[in-house]
Amino acid sequence: MLEINNIVKQYAQHRALDDISLSIKRGTIFGLLGPNGAGKTSLIRIITQITGPDSGTIFFNGEHLNPQHIEKIGYLPEERGLYKKMQIGDQMLYLAQLKGLSKEEAKRRIKHWFEKMEMQTWWNKKVEDLSKGMQQKVQFVATVLHQPELLILDEPFSGFDPVNADLIKNEILELHNNGTTIIFSTHRMESVEELCDNIALINKSKKILDGSLSEIKNSYRENKFKIIYHSQEDSIPTNDALFIVEYTKRTDHSTTLFIKILEDKTINEILSYLLEKVEIRHVEEIIPSIHDIFVKEVTDIPLN
Amino acid sequence: MNKILLIIQREYLSRVKKKSFLLTTFLVPLLFIGMYAIIFYVALNNQEPTTIVQVIDDSGFIINELKDTEHLIFTKATGSTEMIKKSLEKGEKNTVLLLIPSDVESSQRVDLYDTEKKGIGTINDIEGQLNDIVKSKALKDAGIDTKILNSIKPAISVKSKELTVEGERDSSIGAAVGVSFGLSILIYLSLFLYGSQVMRGIIEEKSNRIVEVIISSVKPFQLMMGKIIGIGLVGVTQFVLWIVLSVGLLGIASTVMMDKSISTEITETKHANDTKEEYKSANTSPINGLIKNIKTVDYPYIIGSFLVYFIGGYLLYSALFAMVGSAVDSETETQQFMLPIIMPLLFTYMLSFSVLINNPHGTLAFWLSMVPFTSPIGMLVRIPFGVPTWQLVLSIILLIIGFVGTTYIAARVYRVGILMYGKKASYKELFKWFKYKG
Repeated sequence: MLEINNIVKQYAQHRALDDISLSIKRGTIFGLLGPNGAGKTSLIRIITQITGPDSGTIFFNGEHLNPQHIEKIGYLPEERGLYKKMQIGDQMLYLAQLKGLSKEEAKRRIKHWFEKMEMQTWWNKKVEDLSKGMQQKVQFVATVLHQPELLILDEPFSGFDPVNADLIKNEILELHNNGTTIIFSTHRMESVEELCDNIALINKSKKILDGSLSEIKNSYRENKFKIIYHSQEDSIPTNDALFIVEYTKRTDHSTTLFIKILEDKTINEILSYLLEKVEIRHVEEIIPSIHDIFVKEVTDIPLN
Repeated sequence: MNKILLIIQREYLSRVKKKSFLLTTFLVPLLFIGMYAIIFYVALNNQEPTTIVQVIDDSGFIINELKDTEHLIFTKATGSTEMIKKSLEKGEKNTVLLLIPSDVESSQRVDLYDTEKKGIGTINDIEGQLNDIVKSKALKDAGIDTKILNSIKPAISVKSKELTVEGERDSSIGAAVGVSFGLSILIYLSLFLYGSQVMRGIIEEKSNRIVEVIISSVKPFQLMMGKIIGIGLVGVTQFVLWIVLSVGLLGIASTVMMDKSISTEITETKHANDTKEEYKSANTSPINGLIKNIKTVDYPYIIGSFLVYFIGGYLLYSALFAMVGSAVDSETETQQFMLPIIMPLLFTYMLSFSVLINNPHGTLAFWLSMVPFTSPIGMLVRIPFGVPTWQLVLSIILLIIGFVGTTYIAARVYRVGILMYGKKASYKELFKWFKYKG
């Protein structure tokens, strides 16, 4: 769907993008992550052809990215706005026509979306009369109106209450099910875990991570487990040849152990050792969250 | 191309539909005509009531020479000065006391007593008559026959004829200069009016962040040009409506006024026969002459060049305004960039009243009408004095090159500037943006 090869973008003093390559498969939700100022917006602006790269190539559906592709891309910028004095309906019509829809077709689709999002009465309203959340809804509809093949969403949930955030999330999932490819840029890691198939992490203008969400998470496993057991004795069973106890938590009925297994051992060996001593209630591998991975990679300070 | 039309359409309609647009479009000509009508009304209907002038003439030779006019009746005062003053104080209306001292010829002054301030007309009338009387007495005393003197009355008026290919034609530079002065003021004001609308529109798009949505659909250049052209068309629409409405209303008004002023002229002429001949020329309506004069101006030529220079100047300056708008985050930051934009126009505007009008074919005038930044005003002021065709053509070509150039520069700064938030732009920064590629 989208092949990004060795993109470099240089501004006067600093390099916004340094040799970035990404491959985004059709029909996936791709999470573009990175701290503020990492270069995400610069990359998105190059994909949306707002600016051009200094070097590198981008292929859209196998073709060199060119102005004809603009109509196939929908972009919801993080910094977004609408004309304050313009009526919602006219505004949508204008934005849709700029994306190449005919007036009649645009009208038909706007009506459809307005019904879907329960915005029928908004047509003649002015933007300044709407709340921020309502404006966000309008902006979202304006972004997807022309049925883009590639949808780029920069912080789509900011400013929404939980109800509307769910509404938008469901719309995103529906678009995903209909085959739309989505690039999703956000700082909310829980929505990344929930929605994304693949992610890339950009830090200081460079790509530092790229792959499917599950693979990345697997590669960040550190052989850490959480074990909850029940025991009459106060002492904690340890075995330096098998594992290191990192942290314990004791309540009246149970003890929780956070352990790190030594390199060549398996969880089965640890369990068989423990089974003889305590009554095991719960075993769970600690898989780092995207949040943890993000923080680890960006700050370069080891976790825990 | 289709998208630029959409942008033009939006920019145009959203402004033309505004109530303020309709208001200014229709009110300005009405105001104009209204003012015109009031001047006429005042000029024609301000009839002063007849004033009785009680004269105490100590010199003895003047009172018999004073002649009654439409508004003045001279009578010999009966009673002493004090008595008349008292009766005036008691509130006798429309009566004044004229005290002529015996040494009026040497002292050159008389006193007029009145309970209220007299209009300048009354005083002028009396002064004129007194001067004439004293003058003819002095002439008589010197042995000059006033009759012969009066019969010698040269009345040469310069009637300027312009030699053109079609033959002679009446040229009324005065009115033409007036009209094109008016138009150059209009250009000066409207370049700023519509230029700053472009700037404000861009700042609005930038500050409410819709610009990023739009330029993911269209090229920044298309957005900028769409805005400039759309607002320019609003300006042209307004001017065309103003011209049509004004000409229409003026046509109606002047026919009505002409009839009226001709009839008053007749009565005035009749009356003038009774009074001294000299007053006649002063009393004929000057407004009548003005209308005649205004009608001889070559309107299509002047308005045509006005539109050419308005459009050219507007495209040039609005590109600069667009550049400033894209560089700042709010209107308050625009000041540092405004001065160099305003200077050339202000400079020409101020010079046009002194240098250009006195020496419309001089070197300075020539260059001011050639340089694209000043020619919209410079050339327009020169046009009524007759500008060689080659100069006009050259000036227009330079103007076109000028706005293509500024548009190119502005577009390069604009495309970077609209995406820069919270950065304080300097000239150095603008130049850097200009150099960015891609």
